[in-house]
Amino acid sequence: MTLLEVHGVTKTFGSLVAVNNVDLTVAPGELRAIIGPNGAGKTTFFNLITGFFPPSSGQIMLDGKDITRATAVQRIGMGMARTFQITQIFPELTTRENIQIAAETAMGLRLRPWIGRAERAAVAERVDESLVASRLTEQANRLVGELSHGDQRSAEIAMALALKPRILLLDEPTAGMGEQETFQVAGLIRRLHKHTGYTIMLVEHDMRVVFNLADRIMVLTEGTLLAEGTPQEISENPAVQAAYLGTAA
Amino acid sequence: MSTTTAPGAMAAKPAAGGWLHLVVIWAVLISAPAWMGYIGGYDALASQVLIFGLAAMGLNLLLGFTGVMSFGHAAYFGLGAYGAGFVLRYWVHSTPLAILCGILLGTVAGVTFGALMMRRTGIYFAMLTIAFAQICYYIAYSWNSVTGGYDGLRGFSRAPLHLGSYVIDIRGNGTLFYYFVLFVFAICTGLMGLLLRSPLGRTMIALRENSQRARFLGIPVEQHVWIAFILSTFFTSVAGALYALLNNFADPTALYYVISGNIVIMAVLGGMLSFWGPLLGAAVFVVLENEISSMTVNWMSFIGVIFVAVVLFFPRGLLGFLRRRSA
Repeated sequence: MTLLEVHGVTKTFGSLVAVNNVDLTVAPGELRAIIGPNGAGKTTFFNLITGFFPPSSGQIMLDGKDITRATAVQRIGMGMARTFQITQIFPELTTRENIQIAAETAMGLRLRPWIGRAERAAVAERVDESLVASRLTEQANRLVGELSHGDQRSAEIAMALALKPRILLLDEPTAGMGEQETFQVAGLIRRLHKHTGYTIMLVEHDMRVVFNLADRIMVLTEGTLLAEGTPQEISENPAVQAAYLGTAA
Repeated sequence: MSTTTAPGAMAAKPAAGGWLHLVVIWAVLISAPAWMGYIGGYDALASQVLIFGLAAMGLNLLLGFTGVMSFGHAAYFGLGAYGAGFVLRYWVHSTPLAILCGILLGTVAGVTFGALMMRRTGIYFAMLTIAFAQICYYIAYSWNSVTGGYDGLRGFSRAPLHLGSYVIDIRGNGTLFYYFVLFVFAICTGLMGLLLRSPLGRTMIALRENSQRARFLGIPVEQHVWIAFILSTFFTSVAGALYALLNNFADPTALYYVISGNIVIMAVLGGMLSFWGPLLGAAVFVVLENEISSMTVNWMSFIGVIFVAVVLFFPRGLLGFLRRRSA
C-alpha cells in the first residue's frame, strides 16, 4: 500500500542535472524525511512532487493516479498540501482569515460571491479545528504578519491542514529558526504525525529534528539517491557519513 | 511602530468605529447638494465626483484588492459611456436601458480583453491593458458614421425615469440627477462591499497578499485574476454610462489613456488599500481640477505635486493617513 510513488524522476535545468533518476515510495501514515547537503536537489525534488514545475522525465503517482503532468492546483485538489522554505502566508490578514481562505477553497466555495449561514458555520468549524491543532487559537485574530516566526510557520501549516490533505509536504519547516521555535514546530509536526496520523514528507536541515521525527529517511547528494532507510540505518551508513562528514568511506 | 486596528485588507469590514464612518460618508453624500454651493460646488460637479469615485473604486477592486495593475480602465469607462449613448441616440429613449447597455458593452470588453491578458503578469499585464484601451480609443476616433469620431457622439439626452405611473424627470434637474447617480453609486458600492466579504472577494485579497501561496492552496490564480478584472471593469463601465448621461455626450477622450491615468491617480491618492479611499481621491482630483483649471491651464502640475507628495509621505493614501492618525 503506497500513497505517493515516484519512479525515475529527473529534472534538468539546461545542462545542470538537478535531480537524477530518483525513486521514492511513501506509505500512508508514514513520516518521511529528505536530507542531503546544500545543492543536493532536495527542494527541486520537492517542487517536482508538488507540481511547482514538471519533471524532465519520470513518473509521479498519488494514490495510484498518474499526476506527472497535473498542475499544482490539480494536485492540491487531489489531496496534497505544502508549505515553503520561506514562510508563505497572507501577512496583512489575521491568522483566522489566512486559514479561512484555505478552508473555503478546499470546500469548493472560492468562486462564490455570497456565503450562507450553514456554510459559514462549516467553514468556521474547519478553521477552528486547524487553529486548535496548530495551537494558534489565541492568535486567531492577530495579523499573521505580526506573529513570531514560529507561530507564522505554525499558521502556514494550519492553512495546509484546513485543506484536509492526504499528504502534507513541508519544505524545511524549521529553516532559520531558533531553539525554542524549532522545538515548537517539531512538536507540532510530531503531534500531527503521531496523534492525527497524517502522512508527512519533509525536507529538513536540522538533523536532530529529522532523526527524532522521521520513520524513514532518504538521502540525496548531487541529485541522486544516496541511501534510504530508517534513522538507525541511515546514521550507520558509511556512504552517508562520508557525504556529511567528508571522511573517506 | 503603532499598529493600526484597521489594516488595509479589512477596511471593507465595518470593525470598531466602522459604522460611524459609514454614517459620516453617507451623510456627506446625501446632504451634498444642500451645502456644496457655499464652497463653490454645483450639482454636476458633485455627480462627477461620484462617477469618477465609482470608476476609481471599480479599478481599485483590481489595483488595491487583487494587487493587479491596469493602466487601461478608460476603455471600460469609455465603452460604458458609448454603450449608453448608442441606446439613447439610435435605439430607445430609456435611461435604465442605456445604463444596462453601457455596462454590457464595457463588461463584454472586460471579459474578452481579460481572457487575452490573464496569463500575463506585472508589467506585461499593465502594458496590455494600455494597448487594448488605445485600440478602443482609435476605433471610436475613426468610426465616424457610428461614434461621431473626433466630435463624439452627440444628439442624445437622458430620459425621465418611469416607476410605474410615477415619473422622475432627471432631464433638466441637476439635483435630481445627482440623487439618481447617488442611488446607482449606493447599489454598486453595496455590491462591492458584499463581494469583498465573500469567499470570492477573499480570494482576490489572497492574490494581492501572496499569489504563490494562493496557488498552492488550490486557487487557480489566472482564473481569479480574470474574474477580478471582469468585476472591476463592470463597475467602471457603470461609471462610464453615468458619465454619458451626465454630459448627454460621449467622446473619444473618455477612452483616452489620460483618463486611465486619472483613475489610477484618484485611487492611489485616496488610498488604494482602503475601500472608500478612491472616492476621496476622486473628490480631491475633480474639485482641484475644477478650481485650479479656472486659474491656470497647468492645473495638472498641481495635481502632480500633490500626488507625488502623497505617494512619498502617505503611501497608504489620504484616507490611509487619516485613519492612522485617528487610530
